[in-house]
Amino acid sequence: MKLKNHGLSNLLIKRPIIAITLIVLILQCGFIFGQSADDILSKVDLNLSSNNRVFESTMNIIGRRGSRFIKSKTYAEGYKKSFTEYLYPPGDKGTKMLKLEDHLWIYSPSTDRTIQISGHLLRQSLMGSDLSYEEMMEDRKLTEMYKVNIEKKEEIFGRRCYVLYLEAKVEDVAYFTQRMWVDVERFVPLKQELYSKSGKLLKWMKSEKIQKTGERWFPMKVIYKDVMKEGDGTEFEITDIKFNQYITPSIFSKASLKK
Amino acid sequence: MIALKLAIRNLTGAKLRTFLNAAVLSFAFVVLVFYMGLLDGWNRQSKLDMEAWEIGEGQLWSKSYDPFDPYSLQDAHSIILTSYNSEIDRGNITPILLVQGSIYRQGTLINIIISGIEPKQRLLKIPSRVLKSESKEVPAIIGSRFAKVNGIKKGDYVQIRWRDKNGTFDALDVEICNIFKTNVSTVDNNRIWIPIKRLQEMSGLLKEATILVTSNPNIDMPPTDWIFRDKKYLEKEIDNIIFAKKRGSIVVTILLLSIGLLAIFDTQVLSIFRRQKEIGTYIALGMTRMEVVKLFTLEGSIHSIFALILATIYGLPLLAIIASTGIPMPSAVDEMGVSIGEKIFPYYEIGVLIVSVLIMVLAATTVSYFPSRRIGRLNPIDALKGKIK
Repeated sequence: MKLKNHGLSNLLIKRPIIAITLIVLILQCGFIFGQSADDILSKVDLNLSSNNRVFESTMNIIGRRGSRFIKSKTYAEGYKKSFTEYLYPPGDKGTKMLKLEDHLWIYSPSTDRTIQISGHLLRQSLMGSDLSYEEMMEDRKLTEMYKVNIEKKEEIFGRRCYVLYLEAKVEDVAYFTQRMWVDVERFVPLKQELYSKSGKLLKWMKSEKIQKTGERWFPMKVIYKDVMKEGDGTEFEITDIKFNQYITPSIFSKASLKK
Repeated sequence: MIALKLAIRNLTGAKLRTFLNAAVLSFAFVVLVFYMGLLDGWNRQSKLDMEAWEIGEGQLWSKSYDPFDPYSLQDAHSIILTSYNSEIDRGNITPILLVQGSIYRQGTLINIIISGIEPKQRLLKIPSRVLKSESKEVPAIIGSRFAKVNGIKKGDYVQIRWRDKNGTFDALDVEICNIFKTNVSTVDNNRIWIPIKRLQEMSGLLKEATILVTSNPNIDMPPTDWIFRDKKYLEKEIDNIIFAKKRGSIVVTILLLSIGLLAIFDTQVLSIFRRQKEIGTYIALGMTRMEVVKLFTLEGSIHSIFALILATIYGLPLLAIIASTGIPMPSAVDEMGVSIGEKIFPYYEIGVLIVSVLIMVLAATTVSYFPSRRIGRLNPIDALKGKIK
């Protein structure tokens, strides 16, 4: 130990530039690899996931023939319970959706009827947007679904990011692999690329308006783009969000659809 | 017999009036027979096409399969029983696996059903033999309507997307190696056919199928996972359409017959008015009133016989020509999802012909009788003087 210190001090005296460069490199490596990929993903989960959340959001679907604007309020508990009420446009106002496990109920005020749809509808496009019902309503932890590796570090949107490669470790995931650009300081994904099982890029997501909400950093705006679909994608923006709030259990019941 | 001779003589004497009445009635008859033949031809042709392209001699459906519920398709698959393997090898059973998927054309998502079929099958007319490919690329065939609507040509590569049995997205480029033409829209519209083994691997549904098409209508009763659907069940939809069309044809029949019968009715009313002296003479010479009524009714009925003769002269060759050349159908009809060919060849059933003849003769007799009843109330002296009001 003494010999090592002696050597390092010798190097500092004799070759200060080399020594400083070495120290910086060692520190940088420690910074990169000191954060394990799992740690990074856990921190992402801490930012994005919550026991429950209540949020108001807008969705701007920019298609080939123009855009559609939708406003809604959602109550969600874990990734199995969710209740959404549409507030705008007037034609959809009052439409409510309740998701419990793999079942979805949609209440339409114009017909005063509730329709129950099998879980497969959850995989369909939500009101013609680039995201599905399950993407809109689910909040499953990434660490539960994916094993992860750090590929590299690079800068996007003016922020330094870890580039993570995620591969499914459970069977029931929509996207088998993902590439995720995670802000090194805030641990929020700034960009995600979603791939099919055979490795084809299917969809990308870009996060904007990263805001500090309580203890967590959260992307208030996400742009979803199905790569094969024409148009500029779907802008999903959260206008107000509250985490870990008390939600009356009766919200997640079919009775609440007609209230 | 005297009444018949008199009736024929009176009608032949009326020349043009009789001819016009018979011509109108014969036209109605020919159109009626043609229309019924067209519906029967459509029915027959659709069923033959469905049997050849889609249903064979019956189908075994996976328990959860419901062709009218696309959301149940994800769960509609069952293990193909090993006891059926020899029948599959002999070509007596063709397994088909259906998986929901999508393609994108000009940036628009189109929902499709990826259909897996055995390339060596011969039971259905789907040209699956071109799917025998050893290359890594997945070969695919599609129907001409689907190809036309989406601008897909032979040799094109199309990216298909689907979800495997666990719900994980997957995507693949398939090569369109053949475009086939069929009258059965359900094997064409939004369907991409690929080898069943490839689809089983892609979806994770190894050794599973959604439908087993069979050439044996008396196949062994399947176990609980499979339900046998016979031809009658599978053709119910087309039967319902034809039944509805036939019901609708009653209106057309009534309209057509009314035109002809109205002419006869009109003639009868006019005859009674113009032939008062003749009626008076018949009664004065000893004919009872009822015999005169019978004579006038017979005259009306004979119009329908003349109409039948006339219809045979020009209608028979005309209908025979149409039956051999067929009636071209507008493409919009089959785009609606109804199984229909480019042409419909009318099919004339002898039973339908006999019923049509009977309806016409009975209707002509009935409309002739009602105006003739008035004769029964005639005073022969007034009739002879031509003083009927």
